[in-house]
Amino acid sequence: MEVDEATVRRIARLARIKITDEEAKGLEGELNGILNWVEQLGEVDTENVEPMTSVVPIKLKMREDVVNDGEKADDVTANAPMSEDGFYVVPKVVE
Amino acid sequence: MSELTKLTLTGARDGLAAGDFTAVELADAFLAAIEASNRHLNAYITTTAEAARDGAKAADERYAKGDARPLEGLPLGIKDLFATKGYHTQAASHVLDAFRPPYESTVTQNLWDAGAVMLGKLNMDEFAMGSSNETSYYGPVVSPWRRLNANGDLTNDPLVPGGSSGGSAAAVAADLCLAAPATDTGGSIRQPAALTGTVGLKPTYGRCSRWGIVAFASSLDQAGPITKTVADAALLTRYMASHDPKDSTSVDVPVPDYSAELGQSIKGLRVGVPKEYRIEGMSEVTEKLWQQGIDWLKDAGATIHEISLPHTKYALPAYYIVAPAEASSNLARYDGVRYGLRVTGDDLIDTYERSRAEGFGREVKRRVLIGTYVLSAGYYDAYYLKAQKVRTLIKQDFDKAWDEVDVVLTPTTPSPAFAQGEKSGDPIAMYLEDIFTVTVNMAGLPAISVPAGLSSEGTPLGLQLITKPFDEPTLFRAGHVIEQAAGRFTPTGRWWMEG
Repeated sequence: MEVDEATVRRIARLARIKITDEEAKGLEGELNGILNWVEQLGEVDTENVEPMTSVVPIKLKMREDVVNDGEKADDVTANAPMSEDGFYVVPKVVE
Repeated sequence: MSELTKLTLTGARDGLAAGDFTAVELADAFLAAIEASNRHLNAYITTTAEAARDGAKAADERYAKGDARPLEGLPLGIKDLFATKGYHTQAASHVLDAFRPPYESTVTQNLWDAGAVMLGKLNMDEFAMGSSNETSYYGPVVSPWRRLNANGDLTNDPLVPGGSSGGSAAAVAADLCLAAPATDTGGSIRQPAALTGTVGLKPTYGRCSRWGIVAFASSLDQAGPITKTVADAALLTRYMASHDPKDSTSVDVPVPDYSAELGQSIKGLRVGVPKEYRIEGMSEVTEKLWQQGIDWLKDAGATIHEISLPHTKYALPAYYIVAPAEASSNLARYDGVRYGLRVTGDDLIDTYERSRAEGFGREVKRRVLIGTYVLSAGYYDAYYLKAQKVRTLIKQDFDKAWDEVDVVLTPTTPSPAFAQGEKSGDPIAMYLEDIFTVTVNMAGLPAISVPAGLSSEGTPLGLQLITKPFDEPTLFRAGHVIEQAAGRFTPTGRWWMEG
C-alpha cells in the first residue's frame, strides 16, 4: 500500500503532529519505504491463526474495589505548563 | 581512587562489606570519572551527586552497624526512561521538558530498597526508539570502544554504543557506574551490550514491573540489567524483579536466587542452533564466533541440535508494525497539557500539534505516524491484526523448539559497532540491527547477551542465549560458561578520561 502526500497529512492530523510541506514530502518517501518493506508479511499464511493478545498467558488479577490512592492534586499538577486551583489551564477551545 | 571504578558490582559489594573502602569513596570515584568523561562520551544526561553522596553516607553508617542490605552503597546509573522521584525523567525527549516525576518506578524503588545509590540519569535513544543512541534530544552517546587500524593503533572515528540503552551500556563499559538497569523492547539492552562488551539481560515479559517506566510498546517493553559480568547480572536481576500489583502484566512468580546458578554444570543441556538465523550479509567474524560459542558449550557437556524457527524473518517487519502501533497510542499523552513542552497555538488542537511537532524528534515522529496509519480505519486488519497473527506463529515456533532443546544460541547482532552517522540515512538499515533480538520480545521470552569475542578491528561481539519463560536461571548458568571460556573484554586505553 502506498501513501501519498495527502494521506501523510491526514495521518499527521490524526496523530496531532504539525508537519511542514517539506516534512510531508520527506515522510512520504520514508513511510512508503517502511510500508513496502512490511508487505512481506503477506507471504505468511495466517488463516486460522489467532492474533496474540496476551504475551504471557495469565489471568488479569482483580483487586478490591476500594480507594487506596489520591488526594494529591498538587503532585499531579506539579509538572503542568499552566495550572490553577488543581485544574490544568489550556487555550480556549474554539467552536 | 580511580581503580575503584574498575570493580564489578559483586566485587564492590564484597569490598564494602570487607571495609576495603567506603561507599562515599566509591561514589566520589564515579562522580569524578563522570565529570572527566562526559564531554567525550555524553553517557549521562544529568548527574545526581547529592543523592549519590547522601545515599553513600547512609550506606557507610549501615555497614558500620552491620545492617547492610544486599546492594548497600552500590552506585548505579539509571536510564532516563525510569521515573526517579524528583529527578529529571524525560526519556531523552524534548516533549517531556522539565518533567520531574512525583513518584518512583517500581524497579528503581526495589533497587533503592536494596540499598543501591543513584549516580545520575543515563542517555538513551528518544523514547527508546533506536539502535545507536543517535536520536536523543541530548545528543548522541559515543562508545568508549574505538576501532584499531592495521597497525593496531586506536582510530579516532566515534563509534555508536548501540541503542536504545546506549548511555547505559557505554557507562558500564567505561567504568562510569557499577551497573545499569535498562529496558529492552526490540533489543535495546542486548544489542548495546553486545556492541560494548558488556552483559545484557532481557527477562521474561512480566518478570519486572513496568510501572513507572515511560511506555514505548506495552506488550514488548521489559526492564533488565546491563552489567560487567554474568554474576553481576544475576545479582541485579534478583532485585529488579518483583511482582507488582500496580502492573497488571506483572507475573506473580517467586524470584529465585539467580546467583546460585553461576558455576553450575550444563552437562546434558540441549542447545538449539536455529538455521534461519544464518542470514545473508552476516559478517564472517560473527559466523566464526557463533561456531566458537557452540564449541564452548559442547566442551562443557551440552549437546548441540540444529533447529528450525521458520517464521524468524518475519519478526522484524511484524515488530515494525506492532511496536509503532503501540507507541502511537502510548505517546498520545504528550500533548503539552499536563506536563512537558507546551507550544501554545491558535487553539487547543493547534497547541497539541505544535507541542508534539516541536517536542518529538524525527524517528519518534516517523514511528508515531506509521503506528497511527496501521491502526487507522481500513488498515487495522491488513497490518496490525496480521502482525499480531504472525506474532503468534513466532511464539509457536519457539514453543515447538522447547520440546527438543532447553536453550537457543545465536549471535546478538549481525556485525560489531558501526560509526556514528553510518546508518542514519536509511531507517530500515538501522532497523536491521535488531534482526536477531526482536524475535525474543515478540515471543515474550528471556534472553541474555554475553561478550564473546572481538572483531578484526578490535570491537566487541556478543552471543545471545534464549530460553523459555521464567527460565532465567538457565541463561545465567549457560551464560557463565560462555563468559568463562571467552573472558572479559574492556576498551583499550581510557581516552575518554583525558582532559
